[in-house]
Formats: sequence, structure tokens, C-alpha cells
Amino acid sequence: MKSRVFPLLITFVVFVLLYLFCLSRFDSFGTTKVICNLLRNYAYLGIPAIGVTFVILSGGIDLSSGSIIAFTGVFCALMIERNGMHPLVVFALILSIGTAFGMMMGVFIHYFKIPAFIVTLSGMFLARGGAYVLTTDSISIRHPFYDEVSKIVYIFPDGGRFTFAAGAFLAVLVLGIFLAHFTRFGRNVYAMGGNETGALLLGVPVGRTTIGIYALSSFLATFAGIILSLSKHSGDSTIAMGAEMDVITGVVIGGTLLTGGVGYVIGTFIGTLVPGVIHTYLTLDGSLTPWWIKIIVGTLLLVFIGLQKLLGSQFDFFKLFRRPPLRAEQQAQ
Amino acid sequence: MRHIKWVVLVLVALSLVAPLAVAQEDTGEGLTIGFSQIGSESAWRTSFTNAVKAEAEARGINLLFSDAQQEQENQIAAMQAWIAQGDVDAIVLAPVVVSGWDVVLQEAKDAGIPVVIVDRNVDSDPSLFVTRVSSDFVHEGRLAAAWLVQATSGQCNIVELYGTVGSAAAEDRNQGFNEVIALFPGMKIIRSETGNFVRTEGKQVMESFLSAEDPANICAVWAHNDDMAIGAIEAIKEAGLVPAKDILIVSVDAIPDIFDSLDAGETNATVELSPFMGAPAFDAVVSYLNGEELPKWVPVAGKLYTDRAAYDADHQ
Repeated sequence: MKSRVFPLLITFVVFVLLYLFCLSRFDSFGTTKVICNLLRNYAYLGIPAIGVTFVILSGGIDLSSGSIIAFTGVFCALMIERNGMHPLVVFALILSIGTAFGMMMGVFIHYFKIPAFIVTLSGMFLARGGAYVLTTDSISIRHPFYDEVSKIVYIFPDGGRFTFAAGAFLAVLVLGIFLAHFTRFGRNVYAMGGNETGALLLGVPVGRTTIGIYALSSFLATFAGIILSLSKHSGDSTIAMGAEMDVITGVVIGGTLLTGGVGYVIGTFIGTLVPGVIHTYLTLDGSLTPWWIKIIVGTLLLVFIGLQKLLGSQFDFFKLFRRPPLRAEQQAQ
Repeated sequence: MRHIKWVVLVLVALSLVAPLAVAQEDTGEGLTIGFSQIGSESAWRTSFTNAVKAEAEARGINLLFSDAQQEQENQIAAMQAWIAQGDVDAIVLAPVVVSGWDVVLQEAKDAGIPVVIVDRNVDSDPSLFVTRVSSDFVHEGRLAAAWLVQATSGQCNIVELYGTVGSAAAEDRNQGFNEVIALFPGMKIIRSETGNFVRTEGKQVMESFLSAEDPANICAVWAHNDDMAIGAIEAIKEAGLVPAKDILIVSVDAIPDIFDSLDAGETNATVELSPFMGAPAFDAVVSYLNGEELPKWVPVAGKLYTDRAAYDADHQ
């Protein structure tokens, strides 16, 4: 059981060491400015990553989050700016659309037994295509409501700006932890990831849970799209290109096993911030190309997947050691 | 040569319109400037980046370079990181899209860090940034037309290979070209069709021009970019004509391939889409820090080249 916490511990140690290294070079890492920037700039990746954590915990995958973020942004901009609707009405509408979209993907995955990879890949193309079909323009949103939301900000004495987006990110994190560990839905998700047939025998409503998981993931991706729209005051169909991969990367670096059943929402939170810390460092350094992020993150991913493999194969590992004496006994007989 | 007076007039007008970066003692030595670039998606973008880096080095500016890998989120995160650290004296931003900059520009302004926009535009309120430095597409069109007027003494039937309809580059180049040829009754655009800035489409459109018109009636091709001009050269050759002699060719961009064509004597002139935006951007920063008033747009005008040697001389 201890091995379940081990990947999370590694994530935490990596993050702390990385942060201390950055702090030794740039003093702004010691201020709330950088911390607040990380929270508000990576909210749009961290929020869907929490949804995708549930998907991966259940043994599935979701490739649609980046496209859903973009679709949401474009939809909001169009409805508010060109159709004159109130943002709150638009938000309610797009959250319903997003959730229904996720439910549909869940239905295809569970009832038609199509691999999640294929279904969510289609979802990714559909949402991205939809965004481009709506408009290829980059639209600014200049609604008073958006200005009001921008004013919701707590400014720390040293200048850190804890914005609405940062708050929403932390709120989703707390709700995600609650959902994973203190509800029947959360237990069902973990059970499914461990073994779906076993979960079925244990009385887990697999169909309902699957649909719920993908609905949750799409809901959070839509919510992230709204947060991004609110913090940038614009909608553009090219945004969050490939963000689904950053989201999945955050989940994996956060210590969630891609095979399902093992992982923590808090790990995803830290995992999402790791590339953010590296990006901030490279930006302040200014002489290294930011493409190093890809190399460092790629290396981290390899390390984490290798680690998982090692932990997953622990049982066989010990068996190997036990075999020789067994053979000796057989030979003796 | 009775039009030569006009040509001189046009050229004088051009030189007045062309912006002149004010020569200054203060080059910005010792300043720290953050430069957020869109990415490295094209050869032109890379030479733009290199030009800015070289200019910074020559001036002794400490340039913090950030490649946003085509993502606006990365650009915003980079700008906020610089604002948080507080080490930069100014930020130069090459925005990937036009919208979504209000919030971060306001934060930079609140922090007292001037922002200069380069290349593409933003739709934010102009009070949020110092100025914008970008190519003057209209000037490029005027320059191409002025060359053609001079080469043909103001008598020419022109076919136009239009860029992507609606793009600023195409519309403005067309506008500038037309402004100048309007001064000469003998200069006429007899056909115009879009080739979308693409080589193959440029060739197809030129083929259709050559079959629709009597080739002897076509005096010159005006292509909105070099790629379409290269396509047109192929079409002209396939029609059994000699490009750059039977039909003159002028285009914009100054990409490396067009100089191969110039070397081979298959095209006549190209106007450079200048990647040298570093110098005017840094000049703008220095002027701003010295408390000078700046116009909200600093156009960068490229030169016209008819051979490789002149281009190489300007680019060392």
C-alpha cells in the first residue's frame, strides 16, 4: 500500500527541489507574485487535468480537453459579443453543452465498447473543428461583467495577484479531492481502474460511472475554457492547441498510473505546475530556448513512467528471487 | 522620359513617407529588455528573431528571449514572469493573435514597464502600449509600382497576382501599388486574381492569364509575394516566353529563392519584407524612457532589390 503514495512523494520532492533551485537564481520565486502567476496562468491546464485524473484513474483517457477549451472560448466570445447575450447565460449554456458532450463520449465508450482513445480523439476533432467553423476570428470580449470579474482580485502586500482564476483553480482542487476520496463516485472510479470486471462484481455501476467520469472531465474542460475567457477577455479558435497533452502530462507527472487505479488529485495539481515553474525559470533566464521545457518534461515523463513500471512489476520482481530455491527443490525430488 | 519628373516626385514623396528612425546617441546600452516572440514557424520569423538578437548585442542590451511556441498563454506567462521579477526595463511583444492582451498590458503598465508591439497588431487600447513597429505594406506596394513605372516609362499592362483576399499584407500592398500607378495613365492592371500567396496557385493563375490574354499584351506581373512570382516564372517559361524580358516581374518579400531567380535573370525586382524591427523597437523604448512622445505606429519600410549583391551588402 505504501507504494501508492510513493509516486506522489517523488512528484512532491521533484517540485520542491526544482522550486528551490529556481529560488536560488531568481528572488521573485520567493514572492507571492510567481506563485500567483503560476496559479492563474496554469488554471486552464490544471482544472481539466483534475477531470482527466478521474478519467485516467478509471483506466481511460481523454484527448478532447484542449479542443473543448478552445470551443468554449470561441462560443463565449461569439454569444456575448455578436449575439449580445449575458455572460452568465452563455456560461450556463456552454457548461450544459460541454457536459452533454462528455456524457455522449461516455455512452460511446461504455455501450458501444469503443476505446476511449478513439472516442475522445473524435471528440477532440469535433470540438476543434466546431471552434473553427464558428469563426476563425480572434474576438475580444468587452463586456462589463468581464471587467467586474477582473476586479475580483486579492493583491498580496508584495504585489502577488490572486485572481478569480487562481481561486477557481484551488476551489476545483478541493472539490476534486473531496470527490475522489469522500464520495461513492470516487470509490467507484478507483475500483474501476483497479479491475473493471472485479468492480462490476463488487456492484459498481460501471456504465453510470463511466458516463459520469467523461461528463465530469468535459465539464471541467468547459469550465477551464470559461476561466481562460474571463482572464484573457477574448476567444480564439487557435488557443490551447495540444493542451490535452499538457493536461495528461500533468496527471502523469503528478503520479497517477496510466493503467488506472492509483493516483491522487493533489499530485495532478503539483504535476501541472512543474512545467510552469520551468517556463518561468527559462523566461527569466532569457538565454536558453524555451524548447528546453519539452526536453525536461519529456525526461520527467520517462522517469515517472519507468518508476511506475518498476512499482507495477514489483510482484514479479520478488518472484524472480524466489524461483531458484524452488528449482533446487524440484531437482532434489 | 517625359514622366521622369513624376517619378522623381513619387520618390521624393516616398522618402518623406518612409519613417526615419531618429539617430540617437543613446542606444539603450545596459537596458534589460524581454522579447516575447511568436515562435520559429517560418524562415522569415527566424531571421526576424536573429535580427532582433543581433541588434540587441550590438547595442549592449541584455535581451531576454522567449519563444512562445505559437501559444498566447506562453506569451502572457512570460510577460507576467518578467513583470514579477521586475528586472526588465521594457518588453517587446510580437503577438500571436490580435485579441486577449488587455489584462497583461494593463499589468505591465501598472508596473511601469513599457511594452512595444512588433509585427502583428493587437486590438487593445493604444494607451496600454508605447507604440507598434511593423512592416509598411502600403509602402512595399508603392515601391514596387515606382520601380515598374520607371522600368516601363509609365506604359505597361499589368497582371496582378493577389495575395490572400482580406489579409492586411495583400490589401495594403494592392492599395500602395494602385496609388502610384494611378498617377500614370499608361499604367493599367488588366487582370487580377488571387494566388493566396502560394507558389502553385501563382503558377495556375499565371497560366490562366496567359491563355486569357494575348501574351504580347502583358507587359508585367505584379505579385504580392515572391512565392507567387516564382510560380508565375514557371508558367511563363512553359508558355515559351522569356520571364523578366518578355514579361517583367516584380514581387515582395525578398526570400532566398527569389535571389536564385534574380541570379538566373528570370525575375526583375523584389521589395524586402523587412525583418529588421529590433532597431526601431529599441529606439522606441529609449525614446519612451527619455520621456519623448511617440507616434502609435512606427512603420518599417523594406528596400527594393534587383540583384543579390545589393541585398548582401545590406545584410553583410
